[in-house]
Amino acid sequence: MNMQEKNISENNFEQCIKCTVCTVYCPVVPVNPLYPGPKQAGPDGERLRLKKGLFFDDTLKYCLNCKRCEVACPSGVRIGDIIQAARIKYGSGSPKLRDMILANTDFMGSVATVAAPVVNATLGLKPVKAVMDGVLKVDKRRTFPKYTSKKFESWYKGIASSQDSFGKHVSYFHGCYVNYNYPQLGKDVITVMNALGYGVHLLENEKCCGTALISNGMIDQAKRNAEHNIGSLRKSVQEKKMPVIGASSSCMFTIRDEYPHLLGVDNKDVRDSFELATRFIYRLIEDGKAKLVFKKDYKANVAYHTPCHMERLGWSIFSTELIRIIPGVTLTVLDSNCCGIAGTYGFKKENYEVSQAIGKPLFDQIGRIAPDYVACDCETCKWQIEMSTGVTVKNPISILAEALDLEATAAANR
Amino acid sequence: MKFDTIIIGGGLSGLVCGIRLQKAGRKCAIVSAGQSAMHFSSGTFDLLGRLPDGTPVDDPIEAISKLDGGHPYSILGADSVEKYAAEAEDFFAGCGIKVSGNAHKNTWRVTPTGERKPSWLTISDFTPLEAKDSAIGSKALIVNILGYLDFNTRFLADSFERQGTSCRIESIKLDEMERLRKNPSEMRATNIARVMDRDGVWEKAAAKVKEKLQGEDVLVLPAVFGLKDASVVEKMREAIGVRTMFIATMPPSVPGIRSQLTLRAEFEKAGGRFFLGDTVVDADYNEDGTVKSIGTVNFGDIRLYADDFVLASGSFFSKGLIATPEKVCEPVFGADLTIAEGRDNWFDRNFWKRQNYISFGATVSSSLNVSVEGREIANLYAIGSLVGGCNALYEGCGGGVAIITAMKAADVILEK
Ligand SMILES: Cc1cc2nc3c(=O)[nH]c(=O)nc-3n(C[C@H](O)[C@H](O)[C@H](O)COP(=O)(O)OP(=O)(O)OC[C@H]3O[C@@H](n4cnc5c(N)ncnc54)[C@H](O)[C@@H]3O)c2cc1C
Ligand code: SF4
Ligand code: SF4
Repeated sequence: MNMQEKNISENNFEQCIKCTVCTVYCPVVPVNPLYPGPKQAGPDGERLRLKKGLFFDDTLKYCLNCKRCEVACPSGVRIGDIIQAARIKYGSGSPKLRDMILANTDFMGSVATVAAPVVNATLGLKPVKAVMDGVLKVDKRRTFPKYTSKKFESWYKGIASSQDSFGKHVSYFHGCYVNYNYPQLGKDVITVMNALGYGVHLLENEKCCGTALISNGMIDQAKRNAEHNIGSLRKSVQEKKMPVIGASSSCMFTIRDEYPHLLGVDNKDVRDSFELATRFIYRLIEDGKAKLVFKKDYKANVAYHTPCHMERLGWSIFSTELIRIIPGVTLTVLDSNCCGIAGTYGFKKENYEVSQAIGKPLFDQIGRIAPDYVACDCETCKWQIEMSTGVTVKNPISILAEALDLEATAAANR
Repeated sequence: MKFDTIIIGGGLSGLVCGIRLQKAGRKCAIVSAGQSAMHFSSGTFDLLGRLPDGTPVDDPIEAISKLDGGHPYSILGADSVEKYAAEAEDFFAGCGIKVSGNAHKNTWRVTPTGERKPSWLTISDFTPLEAKDSAIGSKALIVNILGYLDFNTRFLADSFERQGTSCRIESIKLDEMERLRKNPSEMRATNIARVMDRDGVWEKAAAKVKEKLQGEDVLVLPAVFGLKDASVVEKMREAIGVRTMFIATMPPSVPGIRSQLTLRAEFEKAGGRFFLGDTVVDADYNEDGTVKSIGTVNFGDIRLYADDFVLASGSFFSKGLIATPEKVCEPVFGADLTIAEGRDNWFDRNFWKRQNYISFGATVSSSLNVSVEGREIANLYAIGSLVGGCNALYEGCGGGVAIITAMKAADVILEK
């Protein structure tokens, strides 16, 4: 009798009731007719693929892995996971040079930071863009994130010892973007946590979370990174008793959910101790363990964009509630739409048009509201929105760093 | 995180309840695991179409006295049902959804297969028929979009011809649609609507439809217009000029999804918080037995507190009820359920007959309180298709039960 209940496969494709609700919310379907859509690419296709791998369809590469289909599905089918797992299992497995370059965010970052002034200048040059466009198929219309000349990790070494003096401690998973492109966000995390009375420490040899490796099919490398990172998280959480925070929603999502679901890397014992800084801070405030004191004259008209992986995590509420408590801020939560970049997806020449078409409703809404800046927990969304609207995008933690009266906050939390 | 009221389930009932509370100044949150049954709605809300013994109903309010005592309408009482039913039209208008209907007189809607079903509130896209055998006109032109399979023109023509309307079937081809057609599985109502809604495209469709007319007095089109904005439907009507009837398609339902999106936007505009894609998994209780907080998958160790909780988690389809081979249960609170005695009475082997399991659901008090293990919980209410004692599919009462129980629960909470 119990067969029915126990007979559920790992990615539960047989829970699908064929209602097509997922298709309604997939951002790719209306703009790219080549893509078969979540139902077909996911649970329907899976039934065929289980019979024979040759039913694998190369068009699955058009999936953004945004997981909006999963958020909508009334039956809880892990559609995005099914699609990504199929790409891993049946895909050709030999990524192009371009995909390898885009995917290796940390290796490319290390090279680029050393040569930052050169790289930044060259990436912006017309002939270089033409080569990238023609040879590497990285779309020339795209602007590139700038590389920093001093890595966040190097900067941190200079202040590491100051962190020991605090009474409470957390570790911080900064991610490649903070390390190579935008150390300021990492500095803001430290500023805010210090004001709340927490010393901030780095993990042992943090490696790229692997979001881009997974989406570009470089699974072995992604798995190695995953195992290493989970090891470092364990050391922090279990040996040093330090919970781990992050400020980039995609790294967060990958480590918490894609590691076990797609890479088969178990994270059960540390998953609950790894969360976004905004969620960590929200809990402190709710439990009466932290107090925020804001500058009296801070004023801003802010629009919050919910990144796809935040939508899936369901955590945007913590970021928006924190922004809302800043006196002098008016917050509009933008309609939850995909911005179209999806990590490295939108960088690829074959995806550029689709990527911009997906983001259009979001860009139009930002244009209509004309906020002072957009708040958002994801850095790839930041590139895409800044490039496509000209409006500055700030991480909620950076907004806090800017709006807090740091001295008064530090005094209140001593 | 603390709210005045937390609603579990963001379908028709959860949203109606949430909007009513939020607009009355209460701070509400809705947690909803996935999208709701509105995505499959016909575009009309049914109040009561027939009695459990199969007798057709003409005046739903008057028929309430013939229902047995366990039916949600009997539990609330005919007066209360009548009062809330009378408010419904204005309520939806206040949310930007135009509906019309009369709780004392059913009208008839045409199903995608050409059947006629009694209905109460009709969304303005559709044209309600006065009687079951009303003719839609003398000559009808039925137009489909080439390649669209969820709109069965032949069935519709057969059914209209039975009432003496002569029918002609045509289809139109739009270049914009050819892109979608490359992938037949994506030639669905919502995807077509997303293309149709673009400026220029619906105008073209209207012009092509007009060309096909040969003096017909009524035009029949699939309801594939206006996914985000109902005005496209009206603009189509104007551009075509001939009386146009839109007919519900096979799911997904464009007007249903639009209504869901509109209600959610209205709730959020009023200040409500909507958490989509998150599942409520457990509850804990105060010493007096009332619900203290709930836990969800995404919130993890951060509990959600409220003074009142409303369970609007739907029936089997939405996993508000879970069936295993041995039992049926409500998974969050373990609410007491009304269930037919004897497993053999749960279903009929003839799929098309009345299926009793559809009437299973939470046992509620006259103020819609839920009980657990026989003990009534003072701050927990059940609304919508989770409530037991009625068979939405057989009796045609799903929309009415959802809307009316939602309004009632909101008022009970407001009057506390
Ligand atoms: C296919 C179909 C077609 C129908 N067509 C019509 C029609 O045309 N006219 C009509 O009047 N009635 C129709 N009905 C009846 C319909 O059930 C009601 O009209 C009404 O839409 C029910 O609304 P609801 O809010 O009670 O439940 P639902 O719309 O089912 O919503 C329940 C919500 O609760 C969520 N949920 C469940 N469990 C949890 C949990 N643990 N945590 C968080 N969220 C949870 C679900 O994800 C879902 O979003 C139809 C029903 C179905 C199934
Ligand atoms: S929404 Fe879920 S149940 Fe419906 S078709 Fe998609 S995967 Fe299947
Ligand atoms: S993950 Fe996103 S892009 Fe991929 S099928 Fe789902 S909704 Fe579409």
